Amino acid sequence: MFESLPPALALIGGALLTAAISSRQLRAFVVIGAPLVCLYGIWQVPDGVSLEASFLGYPLELVEGSPVRRLFATIFAIMAATGAVFAFNHARRTELVAAQFYAAGAVGVSFAGDLLTLFVFWELMALFSTVVVWCGGTEKARAAGVRYAIMHLLGGVVLKVGIEGLMISSGSLDIRALQATDFSTWMILIGILINAAAPPLSAWLSDAYPNASPTGSVFLSAFTTKTAILALILLFPGESILIWVGLFMVFYGIIYALLENDIRRILAFSIVNQVGFMVCAVGIGTEMAINGAAAHAFAHIIYKALLFMSAGVVVMRTGMHLCTDVGGLFRTMPVTMWCGVIGALAISSFPLTSGFTTKTMISQASVDEGLMLVYFLLAAASAGVFLHAGIKFPWFVFFQKDSGLRPQDAPWNMTVAMLFFAGLCILLGVYPQLLYPLLPYAVDYVPYKAGKVLFYLQLLLFSGLAFFLLLPWMQRTLTISLDVDWLWRRGLPLLARAGSKLGSPLVNILQARLGDVFAALTTSARNTMGHTGPLGRSWEIGTTALWIVLLLMVYVFAYYLF
Amino acid sequence: MNPPDNHWLTRPATIRRLWIIGYVTLAATVALQWFVPIHGYFGVDGWFGFGALFGFFSCVLMVFGAKLLGALLKRPDTYYDV
Repeated sequence: MFESLPPALALIGGALLTAAISSRQLRAFVVIGAPLVCLYGIWQVPDGVSLEASFLGYPLELVEGSPVRRLFATIFAIMAATGAVFAFNHARRTELVAAQFYAAGAVGVSFAGDLLTLFVFWELMALFSTVVVWCGGTEKARAAGVRYAIMHLLGGVVLKVGIEGLMISSGSLDIRALQATDFSTWMILIGILINAAAPPLSAWLSDAYPNASPTGSVFLSAFTTKTAILALILLFPGESILIWVGLFMVFYGIIYALLENDIRRILAFSIVNQVGFMVCAVGIGTEMAINGAAAHAFAHIIYKALLFMSAGVVVMRTGMHLCTDVGGLFRTMPVTMWCGVIGALAISSFPLTSGFTTKTMISQASVDEGLMLVYFLLAAASAGVFLHAGIKFPWFVFFQKDSGLRPQDAPWNMTVAMLFFAGLCILLGVYPQLLYPLLPYAVDYVPYKAGKVLFYLQLLLFSGLAFFLLLPWMQRTLTISLDVDWLWRRGLPLLARAGSKLGSPLVNILQARLGDVFAALTTSARNTMGHTGPLGRSWEIGTTALWIVLLLMVYVFAYYLF
Repeated sequence: MNPPDNHWLTRPATIRRLWIIGYVTLAATVALQWFVPIHGYFGVDGWFGFGALFGFFSCVLMVFGAKLLGALLKRPDTYYDV
């Protein structure tokens, strides 16, 4: 029966049930069960289009299966289920409902066979991820959510403009490999890149995610940017500009994370960094590179969610969210600490973790294509990831100094979720053969060669040395770093204020002049039309008749002449 | 708030020992290259100790870069609140 239904329906149904059920225990079953039903549905989807519909005469392909689509949908469903285990006991009901709709959007995008279906699920994600941000419950979360929504609605409009244009120029909405050569395809590319947090519009991510609730940011870390990666894989494989966009994101993430003090914002910047690796891989576009992007997205969702879970437990238990406020938590939070460390090692692509077996595929792809500069920049970035996330996150949160805080370790359900993902990080690092058969292309890649492992060990351990030698320079301060969003958070209001200040004399003069003109007009009208004026006073009948005759004559002449 | 404790990980002797273990490990990863040759892809990355130097100096460069940009971009964290 599942073959004929979109898998996303399981999550939509789950969301509606969650909203309706008032019993907490029953709700827990639904929020964890619905993604599992969805996962089963995902694996029933055959290759090719399996569900069609028509809307206003447009043919829609609601479900189209392929290995890469199934891979992304699988990790989205696993994420939704594990996130639910992590969150069900602590998150508000609204957040759980929104998170399921959000995941449904991500699964829907994964199987969308045409751009219109993709767009609908894309907007579903934008809508409900905003609700997840708002569930942070603070004034900051509300404001950040509004900025987040504006950015994503803008991205949606840009994407829609591109889709309409493509429909008109090519007559087909089918999802296929495009090239950014004309206005419509550029709009589609830009619309997708906004969701991938590509420059210059990447500030929404680091603005919104850290303001969500400790459980909400776990969901947020997984779906939006990775559906954008899938869309890039499907629509723009081998678009060479993506190599440089990706490399920019990689270093942007590192630099901003190095400057950051907020625990979860460090992780948010490192999402941009990691997505940069994937964007770069899509830009390279070979089979190895696409495999690398897909595998890395799969591994990334797991270790990034794990890191956000670890950070979320810290925020929830201490009520603090700044590196300068916490420290020394390893004493009472060993489970959270170890899970955070495993996530940090995985994101740094340490050998024996999932990051190593997936990210090095991207490096290999750059080697195969002879892209020396790209290869060395990616290697430098790998060192930088260890610096900004691999050591910085666990060091400042769990070690550093004794903050005097002695919070409890994670509650049981959060522990279960974290241990599961930590286990997956190691499992995929030790047995990458579990993941490789799921990748879009046949894998001809051996991750573990003695020389390569040694190279990465040197690279990573010496960046660790750099961290501890430069520690005085790494101490966090009570600061934020300006981003492009300064333009509308501060720049526009400043411009408006300056404009009104500079413009007010001009406006005053204009107002005075206009007033004079109006006064003159009213006086002259009163003079001519008033009951004593030439037009207003009562005339004798003879005079009136004379005027009428004159006017008629003028009319008759005009009629004959023209 | 609890008073600072004397956890074994925070004792100066432990920290000194950790530094020594760290330096030995670092030296070992470089020395191992005598026995496990690294076949570089572009020549230069096969040189002795290249990974170590490249990792170290790219990190130093990134920290300096961040410091420079920070001077330009950092604001008090209440900047957007008012």
